This record gives sequence, structure tokens and C-alpha cells, in this order.
Amino acid sequence: MAPDLSELLRACALGDESAFARLYDAVSSRVYGLVLRVVRDPAQSEEVAQEALLDIWRTSARFDPERGSAVSWMLTIAHRKAVDRVRSAQASTDRDSSYGSRHQERSYDQTVETVERRLDAQRVRNAMDVLTDTQRKAVELAYFGGYTHTEVASLLGVPLGTAKTRIRDGLIRLRDTLGVQQ
Amino acid sequence: MSADVHSLVGAYAVDAIDEQERAAFELHLAECPECRAEVASLVEAGAQLSLVSQTAPPPAMRAAVLAGIRTVRPLPPLEQPAAAGHQLQGVGPDPDAPAARIPVVIDDDDAEPTPTAPAADLPANVVPMRRRRPVAEWLVGAAAAVALIAGGIAWSPWDDGAGKAPVSASEQVLEAKDAQRVVQNIGGARVTVVRSASLHKAVVVADNMAAAPTGKDYQFWFDQPGKGMVNAGVMPHGSAPTLTVMLEGDAATASGAGITLEPAGGSPEPTSTPLALFSFS
Repeated sequence: MAPDLSELLRACALGDESAFARLYDAVSSRVYGLVLRVVRDPAQSEEVAQEALLDIWRTSARFDPERGSAVSWMLTIAHRKAVDRVRSAQASTDRDSSYGSRHQERSYDQTVETVERRLDAQRVRNAMDVLTDTQRKAVELAYFGGYTHTEVASLLGVPLGTAKTRIRDGLIRLRDTLGVQQ
Repeated sequence: MSADVHSLVGAYAVDAIDEQERAAFELHLAECPECRAEVASLVEAGAQLSLVSQTAPPPAMRAAVLAGIRTVRPLPPLEQPAAAGHQLQGVGPDPDAPAARIPVVIDDDDAEPTPTAPAADLPANVVPMRRRRPVAEWLVGAAAAVALIAGGIAWSPWDDGAGKAPVSASEQVLEAKDAQRVVQNIGGARVTVVRSASLHKAVVVADNMAAAPTGKDYQFWFDQPGKGMVNAGVMPHGSAPTLTVMLEGDAATASGAGITLEPAGGSPEPTSTPLALFSFS
């Protein structure tokens, strides 16, 4: 039985460390996996994931269930931090890799996968297959690549407005295919 | 609202925007329930992608994080919704400002557990040091900002000592014969800088400006030839539809003005690309 993450966050806000431990067990592989996918360097990813988890603890009282799910709130914090990390690294030295190397699936296959987790992942991959190639690329570059829509446009060689639209349309299609509730 | 801002909804939901676009878009979000709803749904959709990247973290991370939280105090809930910006409060100096603002500054910086953390809410071009300033400096900054607000508010009566009927300083600028107006749109806000070189003053009139994001303030700058961007004050908090602010400093020598988003209380110099620039030339 999956724990109610909103309840756990509420308990964290009151300083309940055991609630945070349960929260950690429920979301750490999604948080760490996402950060690793964006940041890619495992040592830095661990650091960023830790910062994100501490931030989740620190700001738990500010989670508002009216505005979204607990898991997406936590992943937003992690994603923002991961993106900030790669962009500040990019500001000092250009990132080394091409889209091709980044695009290779590296992480989730190494995971100890439960059946449930594998089914979840497969469901999302199937939904991504419903996107057009160009939408999928734009969404992946934005979400997993940590690129701005401006960078996505130049990576894909499309006009600025086009990248924005592809990211948005891709997410809408993903949302509708997965039947995401919000 | 222009379709252009509206179309950033997807990029915003997955952090595919830079800090300036984020600030402008958040202004838009504050006034556009449709975009808020769409953002919320797309954030949920984006979060689903993390199901394919799940990876168990190194086992030692659990103990490290659980030890880490023991040293971090959870923040209290926000007193008011960050995006609200419609609560009415006076346009004049806010007597509660010091008490209301300083703890926020301390919370956000003092409690940051890892000194190597990139400044999460700042653009990549910001030197992280800036956020690592000791709390004492922040306090000075926050107190200075409060003083600026108190000193920069436009509604205090203007007494020129010549026995004329009091006219507010900002009205004098707005009605000056040499008043020069420069208008820029920031998100859904219309911001006008009015400068009178003869009075050496400039006034900002901000229509429909949403509250700055949590932990941030809008800060004004004069572009002073030879000196660069010089602090001209922090926009006071207020949610009247129109805010009028007298800028600090000599407007006559400035070649322009700018507005940036800065950490709460303002910065000694701009740490982000301006949201808008106003040229006096």
C-alpha cells in the first residue's frame, strides 16, 4: 500500500522525522533518478538530490495540495535544482556531450526494478510513443536535458516559437494519454 | 495578455526557461487562472516522466539525508499565497516591513544546509557567493531596503519651503514641463518611468504589476554613465493596481533606468538581466 505522500509532507512540516524517512523511501529513487538523468555525473547527482530532499523537508509546510500532487511538487524541486546545476556548470564550461550520447538510456535499466516500477515506466514510454518524434525530442531535451526552449530550438534547428509549441503540445499529449489528473 | 507569453506554459512547466522569462511568466500566471490550471496539469504530466528514469540512490544517501534533516528547521507555512498579489494594503510605507521581511531572509539563507548548493532560484550567471552572504549583511541589506522604501514612497507631502500648496514629489515629476516618459511592458504589467532632468528625479508608475516571487523583490537601477547600474531603490510591497515609486538617486545624470528581480531586500548591484530597460536618450 503506497503511503499518502501529502500526509507525510504534512507530518514533515511538524518536524516528524520518521514521516520524512517514509517519504524518502517512497520517492528517493524518482528524485535521484531524475537528477541523475539531468546532471549525469553520479557524485554531483547525489549532492543535488540530497539538497532537493533537504529542501523538501525544509519547505514541506508550503506544499499546497490544492495546487498539485505531492509527488509532482517534490519532483519539481528536484528538477529545478538539477537544471540549475547543469546550467551553472554550462555557464562556466560548455557541456561536453552531444544529444546522441545524452539520449542513450543509461540509468533505469541498472535499477533494481520491481514489477510495478517496470510497468509504470513502460506505461510512460508507451505514452511518449504517442507523441510525434519532434514533440518527443523537444520534451526530452527540455525535461531530461535541462535545456531552455531557446536552446531546444537551436539544437533542433527550428524557430523559437516552434520549440515552445512542441514542448507544450508534447506535454499536453502526454498528459491526455496518461490521463493525468489535476 | 499576448499569446506569446501564454505559449510559454509548457516550457515553464518543465523549467525550460531562463530566469527572466520565468519572472515575466510568473507575473502573467498571477493574473491568468487558465495558465495556472494548464501549468498545474503539465507539471503533473512532466513528473510522470520521472517514472522512466527511476534509479535507486546510493545506499549511504539515506543516512546522510536523514542526518541532514535533523539540522534543518522546517519553515512555517507562507502567510499569504505567493501569487496572490491582490490583498489590499496601503501604498504608503509599511510599518510592518522590517518585522515581516527580515525573518524570511534569514530562513531562506541561513537554513540552507549545503554551502556548495547552486543558488536555486537565481539565474546561472549569478555568482553563488552573492547568496552566501552572511546573515548580518542580509540584515543590513534588508534594513537598507526598508529605509529605501520609507524614503522612496511617493505620497509624502512635498514641502519646497516656499510656502506653496504642498504637491507630492512624484506629482511634481509627473507634471514637470520636461517630464520624459518611457513605457515598457513586463508580462502583463505596464511600467512607466517618468523623468524630469530639471528636478533630478524620476518616478516609476507600475500598473498591474504582480507581486515579486517569494523571496524576491523588484529593484530599480539608474544607468549612470561611468558608474554603470546604480541602485535606485526596491519596489515596495503593495497591491494597489497602480504603484507609484520615487526612485532614489540623481535622475538627471542617468542615461536610463532598469528593473531587475533580486533576492528579497535588493542587491548592491544587479544579479540578473533586467526585466525591462528604459532609455532616457
